[in-house]
Amino acid sequence: MSKRVALSGNEAAAHAIRQINPDVIAAFPITPSTPIPMAVSQFIADGKMTTEFVTVESEHSAISACVGASAAGGRVMTATSANGLALMFEILYIASGMRRPIVAPVVARALSGPLNIHGDFSDVYGVRESGWVELFCQDSQEFYDTIIQSVKLAENESVLTPVMPIADGFDISHTVENWYMEDDEAVQKFIGEYHSKYSLLDTEHPVTFGAWAPPDWYYEHRRSQLEGLLNACDAFKAVDKEFGEKFGRSYGVIEKYHSDDADIVVIGMGAVSGTIKDAVDEMRANGISAGFLRVKLFRPFPYKDIIEALKGAKAIGVFDRCITAGAQTAALCTDIRSAMYGKSNIPIVNYTYGLGGRDTTVSHVKTVIEQLKEAAEGKKIDLINYINLRA
Amino acid sequence: MAKKLSFLNKLALNKELLEGGHRLCPGCGHSIIVRMVLNTAMQEGYQPVMANSTGCLEVCTGLYPYSSWNIPWIHNAFENVAATLSGAESMYKSLSRRGKLNNDKIVFIAFGSDGGTYDIGLQALSGAAERGHRFLYVCDDNEAYQNTGNQRSSATPYGTRTTTSAVGTADPIGKKQKRKDIMEIMAAHEIYTAQASPSYWMDLIKKVKKGLKQNGPAYLNVIQPCTTGWGYDPKDTINLAKLAVDTCIWPLYEIENRRSKVNYKPKNKLPVEEYLKKQKRYAHLFTPKGKEALEKIQQLTDEHWNFLLEREQAGF
Repeated sequence: MSKRVALSGNEAAAHAIRQINPDVIAAFPITPSTPIPMAVSQFIADGKMTTEFVTVESEHSAISACVGASAAGGRVMTATSANGLALMFEILYIASGMRRPIVAPVVARALSGPLNIHGDFSDVYGVRESGWVELFCQDSQEFYDTIIQSVKLAENESVLTPVMPIADGFDISHTVENWYMEDDEAVQKFIGEYHSKYSLLDTEHPVTFGAWAPPDWYYEHRRSQLEGLLNACDAFKAVDKEFGEKFGRSYGVIEKYHSDDADIVVIGMGAVSGTIKDAVDEMRANGISAGFLRVKLFRPFPYKDIIEALKGAKAIGVFDRCITAGAQTAALCTDIRSAMYGKSNIPIVNYTYGLGGRDTTVSHVKTVIEQLKEAAEGKKIDLINYINLRA
Repeated sequence: MAKKLSFLNKLALNKELLEGGHRLCPGCGHSIIVRMVLNTAMQEGYQPVMANSTGCLEVCTGLYPYSSWNIPWIHNAFENVAATLSGAESMYKSLSRRGKLNNDKIVFIAFGSDGGTYDIGLQALSGAAERGHRFLYVCDDNEAYQNTGNQRSSATPYGTRTTTSAVGTADPIGKKQKRKDIMEIMAAHEIYTAQASPSYWMDLIKKVKKGLKQNGPAYLNVIQPCTTGWGYDPKDTINLAKLAVDTCIWPLYEIENRRSKVNYKPKNKLPVEEYLKKQKRYAHLFTPKGKEALEKIQQLTDEHWNFLLEREQAGF
């Protein structure tokens, strides 16, 4: 039986990790994800989990130890944020290149400088080309569920790719919400036992991990690695469906909120989704045909599902919780525009929001929807707009 | 002597854990040291699991689609061999504790060169040593970043010419700083710390055995002459490794439980020139402009050697 609890997003992540009870966790504290390793330490001290917890001296060593531990044949997790994820950057590519099914919840936070510890997607956007699966969550329940799903997804034979379940720093990590925690045994049963085909600890069958590849092999490696990442889209749908059958909650690679018949579609990811949904409800009550499309799976990018979902749209506004460093638009908007290329000529514009923990409210989103309505009627609109920014 | 030879014989007859056909330079010290370490581990009945930092040894033995390794082997990156192996060792502990693995013969051995140990990998090494993972860390010290073409490291001795401590008309010396004392740094972690040379193989093997017996980390610093970076005839690798010891540039000593022991005291301590003059990286010192630096190297060597002797005598 599941039970209803009132706990923060970090606690939701920590309980998911406790129930997964991985063989090894290597982690280093960083705001706002610090409560996760703290909870792990307490769970172990209280005899509630039996994981080998490696309290490394940096995030670089955290992910390095995860790669070594994973190669040694067991289930491995870590958690981090922001600068910690940036410090892992080099090894994220090695983890995915070595096809290590590591699950690393990331509590997304702004990158310095200036130093800022609050919610922002600069960190997770920055590593979107690292070959990891990125799954954005809108609340604590989904963060909890997604972490459990991620284990099964990463270890799927056709995927064997590391996975990052993502929650906005503070907005989710430090906000207490009501959510359902499943039974420990049910979670264990859902994820099952992990059996690695190859292991560093199998001395009878020695394996070389991490051989380097010269120009006549590197390209083939990267191409075949991509196959595993791309398979994660269908594999996630299957895991998510099974999760839904078992626990009654599933999410899809995208979520359509009144978007099917909407003229105006707002697209976004993560914690802002609840705010956007409220704004959509209010606008609909005022007779405006607004909808919301939430992207849950960001990498691999489920462009086919997205194109299908946007068929009826007359104007699209894409929310990015990250500023572009000189591209035409920020990352999600660029991906949406790329997906829609040749499909229609409707306006698709970018809304930068929430940087470094800046609030985004229902009234901000309503203004956006009004702007998009005018754009759909032919009014010119800037390609990139900045929500709640001082002039 | 007979006992010595019979052990050497057994060592040589072991199954090769590092296969021939790798791409290390003729005369490279790496393969010699690796074989001494791994064959000793095997001779002792252990099953080594090895991690290798990025560097000459790694690139010359793990080039897809080939591998020279007959043991489980992992390469992750340059600076994280200790962290990587600490992960593997933690998994070993976890799986053993959870009854998923039953093999008490496994030992963990890391190989890093001076770049991956003294410099970019120092933090990961210190962290792993402090956490107390059970592993033997072997630093094959060739005194510069040899894989990228002989750039100075913090292990490069004073007065050495490298490609980033260049010698020219305006600079007759080369590297201005003395080498980092990694032995003291590692000993400060209160772990078994030893320095060895492949020229004194019995001593090296003893230290490997001791290191593998520790119920925690052990650090072994081994001189690894580099034919290309140091500039000498490949046949002289072991001769140079011997001269380094006999001039007391590379003393053989160990530190254990806060007590040090000098394992070998040359009866006839040779002047440093005997070692330096055989290497192109020191050729600039054998000119009128290099005289002062040469004297300084002798002075630094004597100071360090005397310190080791005095400390041992004082019982520390």
